[in-house]
Amino acid sequence: MDQDDDHVYLSLVEGDGDGRWAFGTGFEDPLMGVDPTVPEGVDTSELAALCVELGDDALVAAQRLAEWTTRAPELEEEVALANIGLDLLGQARLLYSRAGQVDGTGRDEDAFAYARGPEEFRNLLLVEQPRGDFAHCVTGLLLHSTWRLALMQRLRTHPDPVLAAVAAKAVPELSYHRDHAAQWVLRLGDGTEESRRRMLAALGKLWPYLGELHAAAPELREEVEDVLRQVLRAATLPEPQATPVTTSGRRGEHGEHLAPLLEELQSVARTHPGATW
Amino acid sequence: MVTVRQSAASVAAAVRDPELPVLTLAELGVLRDVREDADGGVTVALTPTYSGCPAIAEMRADLDAALRDAGYEQVRVVTVLSPPWTTDWISETGRAKLLAAGIAPPGPAPRRDGPVPLTLLPTRTAVVPCPHCGSPDTEETSRHSATPCRALRRCRVCREPFEQVKEL
Repeated sequence: MDQDDDHVYLSLVEGDGDGRWAFGTGFEDPLMGVDPTVPEGVDTSELAALCVELGDDALVAAQRLAEWTTRAPELEEEVALANIGLDLLGQARLLYSRAGQVDGTGRDEDAFAYARGPEEFRNLLLVEQPRGDFAHCVTGLLLHSTWRLALMQRLRTHPDPVLAAVAAKAVPELSYHRDHAAQWVLRLGDGTEESRRRMLAALGKLWPYLGELHAAAPELREEVEDVLRQVLRAATLPEPQATPVTTSGRRGEHGEHLAPLLEELQSVARTHPGATW
Repeated sequence: MVTVRQSAASVAAAVRDPELPVLTLAELGVLRDVREDADGGVTVALTPTYSGCPAIAEMRADLDAALRDAGYEQVRVVTVLSPPWTTDWISETGRAKLLAAGIAPPGPAPRRDGPVPLTLLPTRTAVVPCPHCGSPDTEETSRHSATPCRALRRCRVCREPFEQVKEL
């Protein structure tokens, strides 16, 4: 390699000579070296399905957050949303890797992210909703992170040690996400006439998806509602009276918005399979 | 021929964090184990900071390069997820180095055994002294900065902005 090739990413390719930062080409298995043994008594297809569901939620939510890059109301907020998306993307990578280890297919994380069509995704409808305005963004983040945090906390004691470890890492990250969203709901709900109007509109639009969250994990309902009520009360916002949705992304019943999201997310990987750069 | 080479553990411990280069990986607390194997290779156990920390690939490559330079030809870097890294794993030396570099070290990481309580107001009660003048009178300007692990703050006394490694 001559001097002209000396750039900041050089150290990334020195190790084994393989390129990275492209699709399907040498992103190392994030579970490398972790004991893949599944304990006796754990149903591998259930475990794989759970990892895919939570991985899909994280990947799709991260993609929506990434759409805020260059569009956020201020630079710090853009960085915040990107960082939150990055945390979720990291969780998705670990979860997909675990799913591929236990479902018998041996698929890697890229196969889950890039090689499945919308009908195979099991993400919540909540996270695939179009970007909307900033009030919509923070409301969706509040609902999703509140639910995901409550779930990950319980999964820390899951009998599968890998899923339990992934959950334990996710808890502090999600605590930050939920706090960040709650702070904004407070500011917007108890802010100007316009910010309050937008918060009410966002709540009206997204609150029905609580029905989907509760159906997916009935045991979390009380804790999730309790947290959300605290935030609404502090933000002087009324609890929306909304008819819960009865469809669910968990059954593959996706709306029209998932396909274009995945099309964008998967475009390079599908156009140039195995590309390096 | 007699060659004197550093122990694999000391080579690995000296590798710097790509995002906070004032710290070594050992001081950051992400290096869990360095073992010289019977076949002459080295196995390094590394734990990620955040699930999505993009620096982990660079850490692996840097460890690999440093150990190869020191004469170890077989290097394996494996991931350890449990127990999860928190900022409590940053060593005392590491904290002193952060402070000397103008970066406020994190306070104690919050314990999260039961349901995580919501902290609505005020945003932050912990005192974060200014790394420049030492004044406790500082404020958070943004919880997020150039990397996910750092927040932006400002000193109300000397007026200097500074970064803080936030508690995780």
